[in-house]
Amino acid sequence: MKFWPLIKVLPVRTHFRFVRLSRLFASLSVIAIIGSLFLTLYPFKPPCGGLACGIDFQGGTVMDISTAPQAADPVKIHAALRGLNLNETVQTAGAPGAAILRFEAPKGADISATVSHVEAALNQAFGKVKFASTDVVGPTVSGELLGKGLLGLGLAILAMLLYIWFRFELQFGLGAVAALFHDVFLTFGLIAIMGRFGKMEFDLKSVAAILTIIGYSMNDTVVVFDRFRENLRKYKRMPLGEVIDMSINEMLTRTIITSMTAVLALLALAFFGGPTLYSLSVIMLFGIAIGTYSSIYIAAPVILLWGVKRGGEDEVAEPLTPINVR
Amino acid sequence: MMNLARWKVILVVLATVLGLLFTLPNLLPAKVRDGLPGFMPSSTLHLGLDLQGGSRLLYSVDTAALRTERLTNMAEDIRTGLHGKNIAFTDLAVTNGAIGLRITDPAQLNDAVTLLRRTLGSSLPGAANARDVTVSEAANQRIVVAFVAEAFDAEASSAVEQNIEVIRRRIDQMGTKEPEINRQGKDRIVIEAAGESDPERLKAVIGQTAKLTFQMVDEQASPEDIAAGRIPPGDEMLVSTDGIAPQYLVKKRAPISGEMLTDARPGFDQQGGGGALVQFRMNSLGATRFADITRQNVGKRFAIVLDKKVISAPNILNPITGGSGQITGHFTTESATDLAVLLRAGALPAPMKVEEQRTVGAELGADAVKAGTTSAIVGLIATMVFMLLIYGGLFGGISLIALAVNAVMIIGVMSFTQATLTLPGIAGLILTLAVAVDANVLIYERMRDELRSGKNLISSMEAGFARAWGTIFDANMTHIFSALIMFNLGSGPVKGFAWTLAIGVFTTVFSAVLVTQVLLAWWFKAARPKTLPIA
Repeated sequence: MKFWPLIKVLPVRTHFRFVRLSRLFASLSVIAIIGSLFLTLYPFKPPCGGLACGIDFQGGTVMDISTAPQAADPVKIHAALRGLNLNETVQTAGAPGAAILRFEAPKGADISATVSHVEAALNQAFGKVKFASTDVVGPTVSGELLGKGLLGLGLAILAMLLYIWFRFELQFGLGAVAALFHDVFLTFGLIAIMGRFGKMEFDLKSVAAILTIIGYSMNDTVVVFDRFRENLRKYKRMPLGEVIDMSINEMLTRTIITSMTAVLALLALAFFGGPTLYSLSVIMLFGIAIGTYSSIYIAAPVILLWGVKRGGEDEVAEPLTPINVR
Repeated sequence: MMNLARWKVILVVLATVLGLLFTLPNLLPAKVRDGLPGFMPSSTLHLGLDLQGGSRLLYSVDTAALRTERLTNMAEDIRTGLHGKNIAFTDLAVTNGAIGLRITDPAQLNDAVTLLRRTLGSSLPGAANARDVTVSEAANQRIVVAFVAEAFDAEASSAVEQNIEVIRRRIDQMGTKEPEINRQGKDRIVIEAAGESDPERLKAVIGQTAKLTFQMVDEQASPEDIAAGRIPPGDEMLVSTDGIAPQYLVKKRAPISGEMLTDARPGFDQQGGGGALVQFRMNSLGATRFADITRQNVGKRFAIVLDKKVISAPNILNPITGGSGQITGHFTTESATDLAVLLRAGALPAPMKVEEQRTVGAELGADAVKAGTTSAIVGLIATMVFMLLIYGGLFGGISLIALAVNAVMIIGVMSFTQATLTLPGIAGLILTLAVAVDANVLIYERMRDELRSGKNLISSMEAGFARAWGTIFDANMTHIFSALIMFNLGSGPVKGFAWTLAIGVFTTVFSAVLVTQVLLAWWFKAARPKTLPIA
C-alpha cells in the first residue's frame, strides 16, 4: 500500500510562481470576457440578446408530447395545428413518437385556452397523445422573471462584495468581485455558445446555476484570501507577489481536492440526471473550473494591482502559536 | 479539543439520532409507516411537482375588469336614479376607470350631484361621512364618478380573497387530491395540484367565472332589426352553445342569478334521451321569482346564461312553483358534473386569467425521480471513493461518517419541515454533500501544515480545527447569500434547489466541524497515536 492514502505521495508543498504569469492570463481573461460579452449580447435580439431564450424569459409554450406508437411526424403535427395560427416549431427528439412543440399564443388569446385547443387538435389527429409536460409562460410573468433573474445576479454579486469587505478589506472585496464578474461573464459566454448549437437555453435554471457558481467561486476565493491575509500578517516584509504565490501554493492541495469532489458529483449529474439537470450541471462544471482559475488569476492579482495596507516588521520566526480551544 | 467537552458529544449524538429518526419514514413502506406509534415522526420528503407530477397554475385576478364591471353596474344605477328624479342627461359612459356623464340642464346640475353623492357607493368602514366613490363636477355640466383609490384597492384585495374561497370550494367538491391554493402578491393566485390530475379539467373548473343568470328571450324584436344589428335598448345579443341557434337576443335584466341557487346536482334526463343534465334548487327569493316569471310567460322562452353564453333556452311549458328545475344542454356526464360543482361553489367575484402553467406528467416525474436517485448514488459513491483514496481509511472514513450524518440531517430536516424536494433540489443535495467534504479537507490540510511547522501532534490537531473554523464559516456564508437570492426568484424547482443548498450549509458546518472533531477525539483517546496518518 505504498500509494495509499494518496495524500502522502502528493507533493507536500508546490512552488509555482502564479503571479509571474498573471499578466498573460489577465490578458487572456480580458479577451475571453470581451468575446463572451459579444456573444451574449449580439445580435441584440430582445429579450435575451445573443442567448437562446428559454420560455421563462421569453414567454410562450413548450409541450413535450409523445404520439407513440405512431411516429411524431412533424408534417402531420403542423397539419393538425394549421387552423390555430401558432407558428409552431416541432422538434422530434430521442424516443420514437416523442416531440417537443414550441409556440406562442396569438396576441390577445388566452394562453391557457390555446393549450387546450392544441391538445384537442393533436388528440384528434393522432388518437391518444401523451402530454409529458407542458410549460406556459405569459408575457407579464416572463418579463418579471427576467427582471428578477438579472436583479438576483446583481444582488448576489453586491452581497458578496459587502460580505468580503466586512470580513476582510475593501481591496479584497474588489478582487473577489472582479473574479465574480469574470466567472459570470464567461458563463454567459458558455450559455451563448451552447445556445447557438441548440444545446442550452437561458432560463431560470441557468440563473440558479450561475448563482450557485457565484457561491462556489466565492467559496474558493475566500479560502485563498483567508490564507493570504494570514500570511500578510506573518510575513510583513515579503513582497506582495510572493505572499500571494505562497498562499495559493499552500492551498493548492485543498483547492484541487475540493474541485475534484465537486467535479465528480457534477459529472454524475450530467450523465445520469436526465435532460433537466444536464444544462444545470454543465454550467456548474464550467463554473467550478473557471471559479478555481479566477480565484488564483483574477482575485489575487487584482489585490496586487491595488495594493493592501501592511505594517511593520515580520513576526518572529515561529508564527503559529498554539491555540487551545475546547 | 482532544479533551472533548461533553455538550459536543451530546449534541452530535442527539443530532444524528434525530436525523435518523426523521429520515427513517422515507425508507419504510407506506404500510409500516402508517402503523408507527403516534410519537414517531412519519412524514416523508415532500416531493415537488416535477418529481411526482402535477400542475402549477398561476392566475392573475383581473382587477381592471372588476372595476369596469362595478362601474357599469353603477352607471345603470345612475341611469335609473336620474330618470326617477326627471333629470335629463347625455353621454353616460364608462371610460378610463371612471363614469362620465353630462347633465343637459345647468339648473339641475346641483340636484344631480347631490343625488349621486347621497346614493352612490357605500360608506367606508370607520368613517361615516366618507364614501368609496367620488362625484366631482367638471366643465360643461359634466360629472365624473370614480372609486376612491384606497377603497377600490381594498375591494380588489378582498375580491382576490373571495376568489380563493370560491376556488377552494370548487376544488373541494371536485374530489381530487387536495391542491394547494395560495395568494401571491397583490392580485395573483397560485394553485398547485399534485399527482395525476388533469390540468385541463382543473383549469375548466378553476378559471371559469361561472356567473349564472336566467334572462328572458326577447321574442318581440323583429328578425330584420336583429339582422341589421339594431338591438333594442335593454336587450343584449348573446352567443349560444345550445346547438339550436347561434345566438339569442335576451333582456339585459336578469331576475334570477346564481346566488339564488342553494343546490345543483348532475343528473340524467328521465323522459327523453337520457342525456346528462344539471338539476338545481333555489332559495325562497329565487323560487318566488321563478314562479312569478314562469306563470307570466308560459309559452315563451327563457335563456339560461353562463358567463354571457346561452347554455339553453327552453320553452316555459307550465309555471314552475317548486323552486327547482333542471338545465339541459350539450352536456357530457363530466361537463354536467363540473357545471354542478361550479354552480354549488358560486361565481368568482372577479375574472381571472392564466399567466403561467407548468404541468409535469406523473410518468415524467417518475423518470425524474429515477434519474435523480441514480445520479445521487453515483455522485456520492464517486466522492466517497475519492476521499478514501486521498485520505485513507481512517481520516477518509471519518469524513465519510461526517458526510453520512450530514446527509441524514438534511433529509431529516427536509422531511420534518416538509420543504419541497425538486429535481434541481436533488442536484443541490448532491453538490452540497460533495462540497461538504471541503470542510474536512480544510481541517486536515491545516493539521498537516501545523505539523510541518514543527508542532507536536496534539497541538497540530487542535490548531487545525481552531484555524480552519473561520475559513469554513466564511466559505459557507457565501452559499447562504446565493441561496437566499435564489429563493426569491420564485419558480418552484429553483426554490427547491435554494432550500436544499441553504439547509445543507447549516448541516455541513455542523457535521463537518463537530462530528469530525468528536470522531477524531475518540480516535485520539483510543489509539494514542504518535503520528498523523495523513502526514
